[in-house]
Amino acid sequence: MTMWFTENHTKDVYFAFKVKQLYSTESDFQQIDIYQTKDFGRVLVMDERIMLTEKDEKIYHEMIVHVAMAVHMDAEDVLIIGGGDGGALRELQRYPGIKSIDMVEIDSVVPEVAQRFLPEIAGDFLDSRFTLVIADGLKYVRTTKKKYDLIIVDSTDPFGPGESLFTREFYGNCFEILRADGLLVNQHESPYYRSDAREVKSTFEKTSKIFPIDKLFQAHIPTYPSGHWLFGFLSKEYDPLDNLQAERWSKLGLDTYYYNLALHCGSFALPNYVLELIGKKQNIKRR
Amino acid sequence: MIREYKLNQEETPLYDALLEYRKQRMVSFDVPGHKQGRGNPELTEFLGKYAMSVDVNSMKMLDNLIHPVGVIKEAQELAADAFGAYSAFFMTNGTTSAVQAMVLATVNPGEKIIMPRNVHRSAINALILSRAIPVYVDPGVNERLGIPLGMSIENIEKAIRENPEAKAILVNNPTYYGICPNLKAIVELAHQAGMKVLVDEAHGTHFYFERKGPISAMAAGADLAAISTHKTGGSLTQSSILLSGPGMAEEQGYLRQIINLTLTTSSSYLLLSSLDITRKYLALQGENIYQRVLEYANYARKEINNIGGFYAFGKAEIDHDAFFDFDQTKLSIHTRDIGLAGIEVYDILRDEYQIQIEFGDLGNVLAILSIGDRPVAIERLLGALSDIKRRYGKKADQIAVNEYNQPKVVMSPAEAFYAKSKQIPLDQTIGKVCTEFVMCYPPGIPILAPGEEITAEVLEYIDYAKEKGSSMTGAEDLATEKLNVID
Repeated sequence: MTMWFTENHTKDVYFAFKVKQLYSTESDFQQIDIYQTKDFGRVLVMDERIMLTEKDEKIYHEMIVHVAMAVHMDAEDVLIIGGGDGGALRELQRYPGIKSIDMVEIDSVVPEVAQRFLPEIAGDFLDSRFTLVIADGLKYVRTTKKKYDLIIVDSTDPFGPGESLFTREFYGNCFEILRADGLLVNQHESPYYRSDAREVKSTFEKTSKIFPIDKLFQAHIPTYPSGHWLFGFLSKEYDPLDNLQAERWSKLGLDTYYYNLALHCGSFALPNYVLELIGKKQNIKRR
Repeated sequence: MIREYKLNQEETPLYDALLEYRKQRMVSFDVPGHKQGRGNPELTEFLGKYAMSVDVNSMKMLDNLIHPVGVIKEAQELAADAFGAYSAFFMTNGTTSAVQAMVLATVNPGEKIIMPRNVHRSAINALILSRAIPVYVDPGVNERLGIPLGMSIENIEKAIRENPEAKAILVNNPTYYGICPNLKAIVELAHQAGMKVLVDEAHGTHFYFERKGPISAMAAGADLAAISTHKTGGSLTQSSILLSGPGMAEEQGYLRQIINLTLTTSSSYLLLSSLDITRKYLALQGENIYQRVLEYANYARKEINNIGGFYAFGKAEIDHDAFFDFDQTKLSIHTRDIGLAGIEVYDILRDEYQIQIEFGDLGNVLAILSIGDRPVAIERLLGALSDIKRRYGKKADQIAVNEYNQPKVVMSPAEAFYAKSKQIPLDQTIGKVCTEFVMCYPPGIPILAPGEEITAEVLEYIDYAKEKGSSMTGAEDLATEKLNVID
């Protein structure tokens, strides 16, 4: 029997691949499935939405980590909100300067499933620098007394368990626990389909009121809706281009699949339709 | 189980009849004209075929709320049993109509009724309809929070002593802020004096299913209670129940006649079925549900008080008299210590955080927790309050504000309402007798009611509330820049 997994990207557009189901469970928060595919390897699906595939997860995880780290090379205390699959953790663990990595994941089942079925992705959960906290992300940033240099918001979509990670109260409380030169990178959805674009716009409107520097950068992630994906770079002091520590980063000699320093700069060059969406398009005189 | 039920609370006679009606595929040549939704495609797409197919008229198999003899009668009996009442009347004009029915059924024109002045406008409206004369009891004020309370027993005794001919006492259980009076003592005093006890329980549906909550009107022996099942109980907006205690056993038919004076003859079966299904749910699950709600509320209260600057008050404020008990599911939060008026916090929450709370007045905001709440939503409220503190927190606003001014009543609400009046600018009204309402809505507790003298303090309060962004309602002049006064 041939089984297909399909994810609706809009009401009338879907994305599908041929799958074999390896695992399925329902946690307190969501439905979690692992599929085997031919072209994308194993796929992690939550509530019918593709979270990652073995084939293209590196693009996402490199971009959500290295862009920030190459700017803030002295970051020591890092907080991951969500990210239970451990992919962002894995990329962060490549930086010897980092002293602590705290991950706040609402759903304890996600790290369990990731370590069992996606061990290549899941990073090292036994690293002495690492602490896993099973808690609501918003509650954690509201109540923690710890200060951070970098916060990575590796959330699901703005509905379901991730809904509060797209709110002003969440980003306001993140601002509060970042050090004076701290910064935050979040997954910022896709600007392409109309309903996703609305989330991009409203999230940007909220965060740009809180952080003095708020810029979007992009990557091509084939298995996400439309493939065109955005990230937010929210910072108290450092500009992602002016403060890029190119030399220091190169010296680390990290072998990356997608990220490099030229792409770092290029990823902040946004298409006009995205600039227009977030109200940053310059007026161009018509000839 | 909180109460032993006499009837089988698993049953839903009205809901079952609607399901049966749908199965019969009846061809209708009666109203409503949309005929199961077919005549109004856009509305049907919006509300759903399912809902439209049971938006029907009264008929034999579905009974009639005006004259219940079948499934509605059965459903009302089940409701009475669930709430521990002598009888129950389903209302489809909101709790406003239940409050009015309580007053109209017990107080005739020209007769007196004892009540606190911090009642909902529906109660004073009832005085206009019934032409009853109010005897206002000072509800008492918590000085720190500036909010009106639930009347001291001493003040009630005094009112009864001075007005032995009064027919009824109307009380709030709880007030909007969650404050409950000593209901048992009030019932005892009133019954000794031959007066009926009417309870506005618009915000107290859950009292009937909480193990540790404040006492409900029926448990306290009150004669009538208006409960807004739609507010904290989970039924559809505008559906409500009037409960009757055994003290009204002789007047059941009269009560029905009074209700029918203003009840629509086309009661919505969507509202009625929501009452039937809600009653079953509360009777069987209410205790667990409200236990969970209470845990959420107590958690939120503790966390809010940890933020600093906000004061989510609770049982510590109880004074065993006018603040006799507290509804802990109400998150009443005093905001002035962070230098913001309640209404400002209310506006910021809505405009900047997409969080809609119940109301904000000058010194407080109120978030209502009920049957539909989830931890994620509560964390959002807590996160937003802590962010507001970060962004706006400044020194406490030193101006002490009272949310309550004891009114100077010059004539009865009905007398003033029907008197010849003229409209004049606000600043020229001092010393005049007002003929209309002025209130911030919500909460909808009148600052001025018909028949009251307009004082400098009242105008000051109105100006201040307007400046802080409260929306004023009640007056004929929508901007509340002019008021109708006795000519």
